[in-house]
Amino acid sequence: MEFLIDRLPLYLGGAWVTVQLTVGGIALAFVLAMFFGVLGTARSGLLRAVSTVYVEVFRGIAALVLMFWMAYALPLLTGFQLDGRFAAILAVGLNVGAYGAEVVRGAINAVPRAQTEATIALDMSWAQRMRLVILPQAWAQMLPTFGNLSIELMKATAVAFLIGVADITAVAEQMRQATGETVLAFSGALILYFLIAQVLIFGVRLLERRANRRLGRTPPGGRGLLALLRPPALTTSGGAK
Amino acid sequence: MPPSDAQALITFDQVVKRFGDLTVLDHLDFSVAPGERVTLIGPSGSGKTTILRLLMTLERVTEGTIMVEGEPFSHMPRGDRLVPANEAYLSARRKRIGMVFQQFNLFPNMTVRKNLTEAPVHVLKLSRAEADARAEELLELVGLSDKIDAHPTQLSGGQQQRVAIARALAMRPEILLLDEVTSALDPELVAGVLDVLRTIAETTDITMLCVTHEMGFARDVSHRVLMFDEGRIAEEGTPDEIFGDPREERTKSFLKSVLDNGH
Amino acid sequence: MIWDFEWTWQVMPDLMQGLAVTVQATVFGYLIALVLGLAIAMVRRVPVIGTIVHAVMEFIRTTPLLVQLVFVFALAPSTVSALTVGIVVLGVHYSAYTAEVYRSGIEGVPKGQWEAARALSLPAGRTWGAVVLPQAIRKVIPALGNYLIAMFKDTPLLLAITVTELLATARQVGSAGFRIVEAYTVVGFLFLLVSIPSAILIRRLERRYAAV
Repeated sequence: MEFLIDRLPLYLGGAWVTVQLTVGGIALAFVLAMFFGVLGTARSGLLRAVSTVYVEVFRGIAALVLMFWMAYALPLLTGFQLDGRFAAILAVGLNVGAYGAEVVRGAINAVPRAQTEATIALDMSWAQRMRLVILPQAWAQMLPTFGNLSIELMKATAVAFLIGVADITAVAEQMRQATGETVLAFSGALILYFLIAQVLIFGVRLLERRANRRLGRTPPGGRGLLALLRPPALTTSGGAK
Repeated sequence: MPPSDAQALITFDQVVKRFGDLTVLDHLDFSVAPGERVTLIGPSGSGKTTILRLLMTLERVTEGTIMVEGEPFSHMPRGDRLVPANEAYLSARRKRIGMVFQQFNLFPNMTVRKNLTEAPVHVLKLSRAEADARAEELLELVGLSDKIDAHPTQLSGGQQQRVAIARALAMRPEILLLDEVTSALDPELVAGVLDVLRTIAETTDITMLCVTHEMGFARDVSHRVLMFDEGRIAEEGTPDEIFGDPREERTKSFLKSVLDNGH
Repeated sequence: MIWDFEWTWQVMPDLMQGLAVTVQATVFGYLIALVLGLAIAMVRRVPVIGTIVHAVMEFIRTTPLLVQLVFVFALAPSTVSALTVGIVVLGVHYSAYTAEVYRSGIEGVPKGQWEAARALSLPAGRTWGAVVLPQAIRKVIPALGNYLIAMFKDTPLLLAITVTELLATARQVGSAGFRIVEAYTVVGFLFLLVSIPSAILIRRLERRYAAV
């Protein structure tokens, strides 16, 4: 224990980098997921095809391959060296964004057709319909899977260590080489990752409760703060990394 | 009634609607005068609801044209020809039409107030204050003033439907389409909704097209009743003619079956 | 920068060898995940032990595979090959996911099926083997398939523990020949070549078997 306490500042430094990668990645993935997810519900076949290409390409390539390509191939092609952290954020964001786009598309399509008809009867434009009616309703359905995806993204940021970013994993590896204390060095890293995941789970739960309340539903798992601490249910389709 | 009627607000001219091989409307001609309240009755699948959905632009005609206020509605002029209307053309014209659905279709992500004010604010560009005032006034009309900040899920079916009626009226439509608005309600909630509609019929001059199985209501509020069968008008007349002395055998048997079902 | 087709063609055999290692790791890792996941899903129904197992699997599921790989590889005796370590860690990590999939399938079997098995006095083995699992697994085949693809895309992580799978091979031949762009781009395409057809296959499966 003392081993870890002595080195806590180092670990926290690594954790701070991991948090940056996670937050940056989630922000990018969210924007991409919303954009390509909404595009995937367009009436125009061309727009839908654009969405499909993004989803299939970036879902199909491993985040690590993507990151190596950004970190090592892109500078040779463009002469522009990406910061390692930026390359990692791009890689995990593009990858998870592709999964997220499918979630968004599915959630929009799951909003009953009758809701769209009601917006037509009120003469809302496409943009008004999406913003005021469809997306707010789809949001509650997206959130649980978004929660799982955000944890997958957080885990995926560990690959940044392989291109020299000083995240939690890098600190642990450094500790191991310096001290030979393999078990302690890596346990510390795993616990930090676990804690970050718990924060993400808790945050998404809060969002879910708010979203369900807005739809006039009782949140699954019941009311009360304790319900937030219950372990998350894993959605079994589409939510894979 | 001839489709070229200069007085007509709505005119269907040889309208055909097919879904695949199924012909729902078969060369239909009829028109509705301004302020007229018309009830469409007939067995299910006879095309009544499709007429409302065509007017609400939820469906497109297969053949024929629909005119509203003497202007093409299903089609738009391009040069000297009529082509199927595009979204922008429809959007400009359907503002004067409102619809109430069988399943209410309130927005579950909004309170009652928001349900009533979002479209007026964003579509009609009313100020929040104006929209709020209109919402409050309409909720009073439907007898739900105390529910303005409630959530749709907290309301009974009958209350939800009254909110849906208020929502449609908030757009100040000239034409109101009512699609089996009491069919999804428990029997004891039907009367409240019908009372609201009676009040609207008595106090406004909104043109109403109403698909219903409530024959008593149809008799009270409508000027004219159209009996549909297999995509065509089987018989039409005043409520007294249709309900008191139907000529067609199909009308008689339909009315009998509805009465037997306890309506 | 001009794309060097000749070089790309020359290193193809090397890359194919790397791909073979990747496929090997995926297949064996997946077998572990399928079997272990099922065992975990069944054990989870046992009081106390089930809760503990669940907590452990949650920990595994919410922490990075990469760290787990490097960790276990550092502890493993040198007689065990890196590839073996990689396969085992992949398999255990993914059993945390497959266990949840099986669980949802098992919970989806109507209570009446358990009761009918009891009414027939079927032994536990037959109840699971002949009644519950055949119904549960059929429904979760597409979801399990999704994790096969996910696992395939996680195998590049094995390069961190010196396994020369596809990406590691590309790194080697790419830096040796100063052809980094070609090397990594080809790897990207090889991944798409495998994942897109498998995604289409899964979608077919989803249509065929009822979704969970």
